[in-house]
Amino acid sequence: MANPLYRKHIISIPDFSREELELVVDTAGRLKHSPRNDLLKDKLIGSCFFEPSTRTRLSFETAVQRLGGNVIGFADGGNTSAKKGETLADSIKIIGSYTDAVVMRHPKEGAARLASQFSAVPVINGGDGSNQHPTQTLLDLFTIKETQGTLENLTVAFVGDLKYGRTVHSLTQALSQFNCRFYFVSPEALAMPDYICEELDEKGVQYTLVSSLDDVIPQVDILYMTRVQRERFDEAEFKKIQGKYVLRADMLANARTNLRVLHPLPRVDEIATDVDSTPHAYYFEQAKNGVYARQALLALVLNETV
Amino acid sequence: MQYTRTVEALKEGTVIDHLPAGQGMKILRLFKLAETGERVTVGLNLSSRHMGAKDIIKVENIALTEEQANELALFAPRATVNVIENFEVVKKHQLELPETIEGIFDCPNSNCISHGEPVKSFFYVKPTATDTKMKCKYCEKVFSKDIVAEVK
Repeated sequence: MANPLYRKHIISIPDFSREELELVVDTAGRLKHSPRNDLLKDKLIGSCFFEPSTRTRLSFETAVQRLGGNVIGFADGGNTSAKKGETLADSIKIIGSYTDAVVMRHPKEGAARLASQFSAVPVINGGDGSNQHPTQTLLDLFTIKETQGTLENLTVAFVGDLKYGRTVHSLTQALSQFNCRFYFVSPEALAMPDYICEELDEKGVQYTLVSSLDDVIPQVDILYMTRVQRERFDEAEFKKIQGKYVLRADMLANARTNLRVLHPLPRVDEIATDVDSTPHAYYFEQAKNGVYARQALLALVLNETV
Repeated sequence: MQYTRTVEALKEGTVIDHLPAGQGMKILRLFKLAETGERVTVGLNLSSRHMGAKDIIKVENIALTEEQANELALFAPRATVNVIENFEVVKKHQLELPETIEGIFDCPNSNCISHGEPVKSFFYVKPTATDTKMKCKYCEKVFSKDIVAEVK
């Protein structure tokens, strides 16, 4: 029987069942420890980045080539017929007719969902505006499983910009399927949006809103840091919160030994560089795991069995 | 109080009655009833025994479908929608909130891909204790129904 993701579009985390999330995570683990160079043999993947990206695009293209596939595409929508006014629907219809799957990033929300309605081949969302970035969530889940041995019953603190950070929204949605509990640590102006909190309430997920990072560190398994962007505040307001959401090595003195610090990167100054050499730092390995999570997804979408 | 008929009887078409006063013009606009080219009679702030004041819309020669009637339920869940043939009521729609709504409203998110592409807008409808929420199928943003209706 074909795996449940075979020939499926990968658009949004809420589309995934718990079993499908586990399938991607477990497959990523297998591919990390036993590399395969044949799973995308004779496959051509469209890498369509209508908006620039560094890690996502390079890790997707690395994943394709490591699995023995080939890539065509573009890294900037400015050089495509989208600039001439072509609809995304038309662009994707054509690109889908050249390739076996399309990986895409687009500045508009909903772009991947729309593309999936016009593409004859699977579409994989590499980020649509401020909406979803499902492969980031899958690599986050894989990293959490790798560091904790499980996805169940974990305590996870999300820190920083929880209002605009699409990665934290998707990751809470995914982890809420695994009976995890959450701490949301942010300035009030960047608090988790109501619709996410309402979703968690409906599912009976436990979460606590806190303003101090120090208080939660001894209680959590995963500390998921994000960047508080200066441009979201006026100068006086920024001064007040500056430093409150910055992690330094000395703050980890009372942390559990299994605590791992994750960050979707790029970091600016929210994780001091002295954290890098502690056993808790895991964000660079997390970024590397992006390749394995994307390999797993591509392999599952393009092979009946992996 | 003596009840007098203030709007002329309809031979063929649809009568949307018992709209809360103030909703008539909104419904007219949202459902583009004035653009049908048919004769439309609108009554605003008519006296109603049950509602105090109400609005009413009569559209000649157009029978509202079940689906359209349900879309009306978003704004006027207690409205009555009667389809008339030869001065007789041939169908009374029971209004039920639809699970999805396609093509009536634009997505309020200006950065949503549904604008400027060859697709109709599409929302999932979810009633809550105090409001009705609408979630865009494309950008996945959730809006209060009043915000969605304002945009159109």
